[in-house]
Amino acid sequence: MWALLYKLASPKTFYQWSRPLMYGFALLTIVFLTIGIFSGLFLAPADYQQGDAFRIIYIHVPSAFMSLFVYAIMSFCALLIVVWKFKMADVVIKAAAPLGASFTLLALVTGSIWGKPMWGTWWIWDARLTSELILLFLYVGVMALQTSLKNKPRSEVIVAIMVLIGFVDIPIVHYSVSWWNTLHQGATILKFAKPSISSNMLYPLLIMLMAFISYFVTMMLYRTRTEILWRERKSTWIKNVLGDL
Amino acid sequence: MTLHQRRKLYFIILMIFSITIATGLILFALRQNINLFYTPTQLVSGEAPQGRMIRIGGLVEKNSVVRSKTDLTVIFRLTDLDKAVEVRYQGILPDLFREGQGIVVQGKLNNQHQFIAEQVLAKHDANYMPSEVKAALKDRYKKDGYGS
Repeated sequence: MWALLYKLASPKTFYQWSRPLMYGFALLTIVFLTIGIFSGLFLAPADYQQGDAFRIIYIHVPSAFMSLFVYAIMSFCALLIVVWKFKMADVVIKAAAPLGASFTLLALVTGSIWGKPMWGTWWIWDARLTSELILLFLYVGVMALQTSLKNKPRSEVIVAIMVLIGFVDIPIVHYSVSWWNTLHQGATILKFAKPSISSNMLYPLLIMLMAFISYFVTMMLYRTRTEILWRERKSTWIKNVLGDL
Repeated sequence: MTLHQRRKLYFIILMIFSITIATGLILFALRQNINLFYTPTQLVSGEAPQGRMIRIGGLVEKNSVVRSKTDLTVIFRLTDLDKAVEVRYQGILPDLFREGQGIVVQGKLNNQHQFIAEQVLAKHDANYMPSEVKAALKDRYKKDGYGS
């Protein structure tokens, strides 16, 4: 079992088996995105309070979810690096950080566009918005640290510890709306109760969530493959693979 | 897991634990600054600072909104279903402003116990439903003898 896992995780075999997987997830992304956007914009009914403006939820909520989810994955990889010296996890953090930062930025921008007509302001320093902004800074900080420590020994451990410290922000982002008074409303789906969204509005949201996850997996595979190509650029198997193309 | 790995794992757990405690204490100490608004009850009981710009959050009381006929001035009562405070605002209200809606106002309390708002923000809840469902729910409540 372990032997098989190590074999699958070796750069050469990973490069080979990840290729069809990447195209599969790219196809899934296109399918989910098409269905999700169509059903979100045309099939879901308008909200009783916010009218058609609520439809930005179909971008805002998946990107906000992904911003937390990606950081959780990075933290898990950081744990693998520090405790088990799992070098490949460093590649995952490197590939994931810009994606997580993009999702966070998207959540902040769409939230801002949503906030202006509904709340009456583009931005307010409430706990949810502020902690999400801190999350963006954490992502950017991880990226900056990685770049500045390039080619230094044990740089992956330093980055991993920074990622682990930043993890404190994740529960704060999620629970900020229940711990403090905020302008942002409470959780709609991720709570221990029935989602407070009508089902014909919920399905497009879940499909969009699947689309975002598929997109993330596609980009992760793509970026990891690129990183492997770069790291192994002097090895013979690369020459053989690229020779085929 | 070797001894070395186990020690590292314990160290990481201890590190995350202590950072969580530290952050928790900081946030607990800052809780009044992190809370976005005071409630009308806090304002009435004197917990909110006087003569400073503050925010109050609550519901717009039913049948309390008075709009000026000549300008954009609007006066309404903001309640947390316990205590209420009168708010005066001059300007354009957000689309979601209506009676019974949760809102946050920013401004100062004047000597007549009237809150002079400089900004009115609307809160919306985490419920999303089509208007037909809302209408059906309303009918149901009326039949059962609740308010809407």
